[in-house]
Amino acid sequence: MASQTLQSVPAEPSPARHEQSLEDVARRDAEGQAYFDKVMAEDSRIEPRDWMPAAYRKTLLRQISQHAHSEIIGMQPEANWISRAPSLKRKAILMAKVQDEAGHGLYLYSAAETLGQPRDQMMQDLMDGKAKYSSIFNYPARTWADMGAIGWMVDGAAIANQVPLCRASFGPYGRAMVRVCKEESFHQRQGFEILLELSHGTPEQKQMAQEAVNRWYAPALMMFGPPDDDSPNSKQSMAWNIKRFSNDELRNRFVGMMMEQVKVLELTLPDKDIRFNEETKKWEHGPLDWDEFHEVLAGRGPCNAQRLERRREAHLEGAWVREAAAAYAEKQAKKQAEKVSVA
Amino acid sequence: MSTPQTATQTNDAHDGGHGDISVGLSGAGASGDGAASATRITPGNALRPEDIALAVSRGTAKPSADVAELALRLGDDALILAQRLGHWISRAPELEEDIALGNIALDQLGHARSFLSYAGGLDGRSEDDLAYFRREPEFRSVQIFEQPNGDFAHTIARQFVVSYYQFELYRRLAQSTDATLAGIAAKAVKEVDYHRDHSAQWVLRLALGTDESRQRMIHAFKTVWPYVDELFRDDELTGRLSETAAAPQPSSLRADFDRLTGEILAEAELQVPNVQPAPGGGRRGLHSEHLGYILAEMQVLAREYPGASW
Repeated sequence: MASQTLQSVPAEPSPARHEQSLEDVARRDAEGQAYFDKVMAEDSRIEPRDWMPAAYRKTLLRQISQHAHSEIIGMQPEANWISRAPSLKRKAILMAKVQDEAGHGLYLYSAAETLGQPRDQMMQDLMDGKAKYSSIFNYPARTWADMGAIGWMVDGAAIANQVPLCRASFGPYGRAMVRVCKEESFHQRQGFEILLELSHGTPEQKQMAQEAVNRWYAPALMMFGPPDDDSPNSKQSMAWNIKRFSNDELRNRFVGMMMEQVKVLELTLPDKDIRFNEETKKWEHGPLDWDEFHEVLAGRGPCNAQRLERRREAHLEGAWVREAAAAYAEKQAKKQAEKVSVA
Repeated sequence: MSTPQTATQTNDAHDGGHGDISVGLSGAGASGDGAASATRITPGNALRPEDIALAVSRGTAKPSADVAELALRLGDDALILAQRLGHWISRAPELEEDIALGNIALDQLGHARSFLSYAGGLDGRSEDDLAYFRREPEFRSVQIFEQPNGDFAHTIARQFVVSYYQFELYRRLAQSTDATLAGIAAKAVKEVDYHRDHSAQWVLRLALGTDESRQRMIHAFKTVWPYVDELFRDDELTGRLSETAAAPQPSSLRADFDRLTGEILAEAELQVPNVQPAPGGGRRGLHSEHLGYILAEMQVLAREYPGASW
C-alpha cells in the first residue's frame, strides 16, 4: 500500500568501527542472516541487538507502531462515555479500561523503539497521517451500549488476533503481547457484562444493546484484515513467525466464539449466513462490505478527521508542558553535575 | 527544603496488572511510610465501596446524621474532582500523564463511592441515587473541586491545593471515632500521598521549566487560590463532629497545609498568591456557575432511564 511506505523508517544500523571494508560488512551480514535463519527454523526469538533483515525490521516497526497507534486512538471512542457513564461503578471500570489502553500504547511504543525509531517520530507520523491505526476506531460510539459492544466484539477480535502474537519471533513484541492480552481479556469480559446487563434490562435497554451489536459486528470482523487472497503481506509475516494464522482463519474462529456467547446474551448477530461447515470443520459468515473497509482505511470513515484532530490538539496544547519538563530536567541534571564536580 | 523524590520500590513482586511503582514524598512531612503504596493493595484486602454498601445494607455500619452529612460532603468533593480529571484521559500533554491523571481520577472516584455509599446508609439511598438523582443545590462539594480544568497548569494548581488538603484531612480522619470513616480515610490517605507527589513535582517543573510555563503556573495559582479558604472553614456540623472526635475541624488543618505547600512553593520560587478569597458556600449548596454543567453531563444518561440497572 502506497501510504505505508510514507512512514518514517530508521536508518540502517551503521557498521561497527572495526568493520572498515566491504568484505567485513558482507561477512557480518552473512553470519547474521545464517543466525536469523536458524532462529526462524527453530521458532525461537530475535532480540533487538541481533542482526535482522531490513525488511523484517521495517515490517515489525510498521506493525508494532500501528498497533500502538490503535491503542492510543482507540482511547477516544470510550473516553467519550467516561463523563456520562450511567453508574459510578461503570464509570470506574471504564476509566480503568481506557487507562489500560494508554498503558498498552506505552509498552508497544517501547517495543517499537527497540527497532530504532523514537516514540516522538512515531507520534509525528501518526499526526501527519503517514501511519495507520485500526480502522475500527474511525466509527463513532453512539450509545452507552457501544461500550459493551466495543469490549465484547472489538476487544474480543483483538484478543483472537493477539494471543498468537504472544509467540511472535521478535522478543519485545511477544512479551508486550503477553501483558496486553491479560488485560484485554478483562476488557472483553467487562464489555460482555455491560451487554448482559442491558439485554436483561428494560426493553429499551435491550434494544440499545442489539443495535450496538448490529453496528459493530461487521467492522469487528474486518479487524482481521482483508481476505487471505487479498492480503499480500501475510505470507512473508508467517514465514517470519510473526503471524501464525491467516486472516480468514482467525476471523472464522472468532465468529464461532461469538456465536456461542451471543446466546447467553439473548441477542443475535446481524448475519443470517453464519454456519458451521461440517466438512471443513470451520465457521463461515456472510459477505462483508470490503469497499467500506477500504473507504475507511483511505480516510473516508465517519470519524477519521475527528480522531486525528483530537490527537493533534492534545499534542499541540501539551507542547509547552513537555518543553517545561525537558528544561527542568536539564537544569536539574546540570545542578547535579555541579554538585558532583564540587565533591 | 525538601524536594519530592520518586522512590521506586524494588521488592515489588507482582503478577502483572497495573502500576507497580510506589511513590512517596520524602521529607515534606509525608506519611513517612516509605513502603506505603496505594497500588500494591490488592482487591483482596482493600476496603472497597462494595464492602461499605454491603455493611450498610446489613446494618453493621450505620452513620449518624452528622457523620452522614460529612460523608456526603467529602464524597461530593471527590466525585466532582474525578469528573473533572476524567476529562484529561486521551487529552493530556503526554501519554504518561493520560495514565497519571486517569489514575488520580480513579482514586478519587473510589473515595467518592465509599463516602457516598456510607452517607446513603442514613436513609437507604445508594451511591448512584446520590450521584445521579440529586439536584445542584443538594451537592455539598466546596467550589474549588468544580473549577474548570483550564490548561495543564490550572489542573496542577487545583491538584496541588486539594491533594495537600485531602492528605491532612484523611490523615486525621483515619483516627476518627467512626470506624467506617476511619477505614475509608486510612485507604484514601495512601493514595492522596501519591497525588501530592505528582502535583508537587509538576509545580516544580512548570515553575522552574521555561518562561512560558512559569508564567502559566503563576497565573493558574492566582486563579485557583481564591477558593483555598473555603476548604478550611468550620461550621456547626464540623464543630459537633470534632467534639465527638469523629472528624477534625477544617481550620485545624490549615497550619500544616500552609507549611507544606509553602515549602514546595518556596522551592519553586513562587509566592502564595495575594488574592482575595471567594465567599464559597458549597457546603450549603451554593455553587459556582460551573457545577450545573458538570452535573448535566454526568447525570444525563442515568436520568434518561430512571430505574434502569446498568
